[in-house]
Amino acid sequence: MALSSSHPLASTIAAWMWLLPVLPLLGFFLNGALSLVSRAHIGPADPDMGHGGHDASVGGDAATHHAAGDDSHTDAPPKYASLVSIIGPGVILLSFILAAAIFMAMRGVDMSTPFIQHYWQWMPVGDLKLNFAFQLDQLSMVMVLIVTGVSTLIHIFSIGYMDGDPGYARFFSYLNLFVFFMLLLVLADNYALLYVGWEGVSLCSYLLVGFWFSDKINADAGKKAFLVNRIGDVGLLLGMFMLFANLGTLDFTLVAANAGTLQFGGAVVTTICLFFFFGCTGKSAQLPLYVWLPDAMAGPTPVSALIHAATMVTAGVYLVARSSFLFSMSPIACLTVAAVGAITALFAATIAVKQWDIKKVLAYSTVSQLGYMFIGVGVGAYTAGVFHLATHAFFKGLLFLGAGSVIHTMHAAYHHSGNTADAQDMRNMGGLKKAMPITWIMMWIATLSIAGIPPFSGFFSKDSILGSVYEYSGNSILTNTSWLGMSGHTVLLWIYGIGLFAALLTAVYMTRLMLYTFHGPSRATEDEQRHMKEAPWTMTGPLVVLGALSLVGGWMNLPAIASFLGPVGGLDKWLDPVVGHATLVITNGVALEVSHGTEVALLGGAILVAITGIVVAVVMLRPASLVPKAESPAEHGFEKVLANKYYVDEIYEGAIVHPVFATAKNVLWRGLDAGIIDNLFVNGSAAVARGLGWIGARIQNGSTSVYAWGIVFGAILVLSVFSFR
Amino acid sequence: MLAESLALSAVLFVIGVIGVLTRRNAIIIFLCVELMLNAVNLTFVALSRYYGMAGQVFVLFVMTVAAAEAAVGLAIIISIFRHRQTVDLRNINVMKG
Repeated sequence: MALSSSHPLASTIAAWMWLLPVLPLLGFFLNGALSLVSRAHIGPADPDMGHGGHDASVGGDAATHHAAGDDSHTDAPPKYASLVSIIGPGVILLSFILAAAIFMAMRGVDMSTPFIQHYWQWMPVGDLKLNFAFQLDQLSMVMVLIVTGVSTLIHIFSIGYMDGDPGYARFFSYLNLFVFFMLLLVLADNYALLYVGWEGVSLCSYLLVGFWFSDKINADAGKKAFLVNRIGDVGLLLGMFMLFANLGTLDFTLVAANAGTLQFGGAVVTTICLFFFFGCTGKSAQLPLYVWLPDAMAGPTPVSALIHAATMVTAGVYLVARSSFLFSMSPIACLTVAAVGAITALFAATIAVKQWDIKKVLAYSTVSQLGYMFIGVGVGAYTAGVFHLATHAFFKGLLFLGAGSVIHTMHAAYHHSGNTADAQDMRNMGGLKKAMPITWIMMWIATLSIAGIPPFSGFFSKDSILGSVYEYSGNSILTNTSWLGMSGHTVLLWIYGIGLFAALLTAVYMTRLMLYTFHGPSRATEDEQRHMKEAPWTMTGPLVVLGALSLVGGWMNLPAIASFLGPVGGLDKWLDPVVGHATLVITNGVALEVSHGTEVALLGGAILVAITGIVVAVVMLRPASLVPKAESPAEHGFEKVLANKYYVDEIYEGAIVHPVFATAKNVLWRGLDAGIIDNLFVNGSAAVARGLGWIGARIQNGSTSVYAWGIVFGAILVLSVFSFR
Repeated sequence: MLAESLALSAVLFVIGVIGVLTRRNAIIIFLCVELMLNAVNLTFVALSRYYGMAGQVFVLFVMTVAAAEAAVGLAIIISIFRHRQTVDLRNINVMKG
């Protein structure tokens, strides 16, 4: 309490910040209890009843289990559904209101030091003294606002989307639990508590990806998400161990204060940072551990929007920004982060261009955009990375919810006609703008935003990242760092080029998604088209709000050149106390200024690239000539490689999963478990006991005189031992 | 005097032991056990001359226990005889694993 008592926030509403995560936790318990009370409805629907024979090959079509409105589901709706609909989004809304109030309180006071509240001593073990404490500073405030705000909208959307699902209460309780862990993650004041949140969100991701677990493909996707994340988490854990071994503390403030004692650019700090970043590649789906994210689309679409686009996957970006004091001390780690981000951005964007599943396109798009964020935080432009994180939460959340709305409608239509085609495949869609105009407009806003068309939010955030890369290539500590035999200058210019090219692909694949889904002729039957209608207001409402945020999100942090639009660099100033110092270390202590001409050229280039992408897509793609999935010809050549995602899953399967399975089966199971433990130890000790028993039985033959001889010899033996000693 | 007494009791004890080990009749074995007990008693008494009266007191205890043991032991032997019409130990071998 010593630190917090003197802080100007201590006497304000911020003292209630413990309620931020506690409210969702309460929601989890209440909804979980309701789910248990209505026990008959706890599991997924009977697979034979809900979606007789729908194609589930796409990795768990959300809508197949979805009640999709009305008919054929004659069984009673889940009990307590209306109560759950109030508690579930309600607690998150309260949390958001509290967060907004705390934000208002923060604006008025001096926030040069973070506001820390100690609640209790958590793990006092020897030198390791871990407190259960929350730290509120500008960075965690931004994250809290994004998490609670976007969560509120997605919870409301879920009321419509999950309507009638047998696991309705279970769904909301998991979703509430996720928000709790996510808030724990961003509010933690030390790495260990952050790690608790980090693991907790993984758990919720696992539970929600495999939400409809009666389909094996969904359960497998959940498992994959969980296991791949564990691989990355080992990295984070090792980084924490090294940090503690070298600095003796895990508190953010103490690590920041003592980071200077580590050798600048030395092996220790570089290793710690690389371990941390390895953790980020798992959580934030970067190469080489991104493979779980596309599979995670097996979960319900609101889950994809919340966890796998807007919040959880950005935890890695948050971690790097939070550890900016460490990363800025290791130019090599910085360049690694940025380079991996750039390669991932390009890699995933190319895959997205040839995907047909609407959610898969968005999944690879997310991987690609996360790559951009890592470029930002990698080169030291922490604000730019967090800025993109925020705008991405808006437009990608919107895209996923829009996709959810589309799938919902598609499935409702298929439900009427008894069609068993894939409701998520864009080849089966087309012309949906007539049926769902709100979704259509909102999706276009998000598309223009992610493609980087001004004045949509994505334009400003993406440009701020690419602009920083260009600036830092010229005059920063990264410039002359040698990385894999290349100078930092070269590496950064490459990253800039790759970023631009990935931006082009982004515009292409997003326009492609829009054209194939909403434009051109409908590829559904007449009967199905009649049943396509706009989603209910609980679903379109969040779309509209997110659409508005995607539109104006850029005003958070306008670049200097856009000063005619409003105040400049809001987020820059806001985050300066947290990451400003680290950025200055990267830039050799000078605030970088780019000439007006250069900035105009950079912006112009970015806009040109975005427009080119959209034009290319519009000119090249022919939605009219597209045929439904069932009649589509197979891809050839490089297209086939892209459609099959570079065969990365197959390569991992062959290179890692299969050898691990083979080792487990032949060496560990048959050799170690069955051979040594079962045979040698378990059966062996039994055989020894049986042998001794056999000998004993022969001695105990019932003849009293033999026993008497035994007693006498025993006595003689004992006596002789004692007397000859 | 002590040496002779101890030697006598040792001889008696060994006779008892050999009797227990070699004889077949349960009654005889029982007698041999009594012989061993009394050999020990003799040792106690002999040593009590040098080490105090505790030895003689102990002898009284041993006699008491021996009397009780004789009662129980003979009852068992009678019981066995009633069941099997013999007290030959070669035929009494049901106690085995």
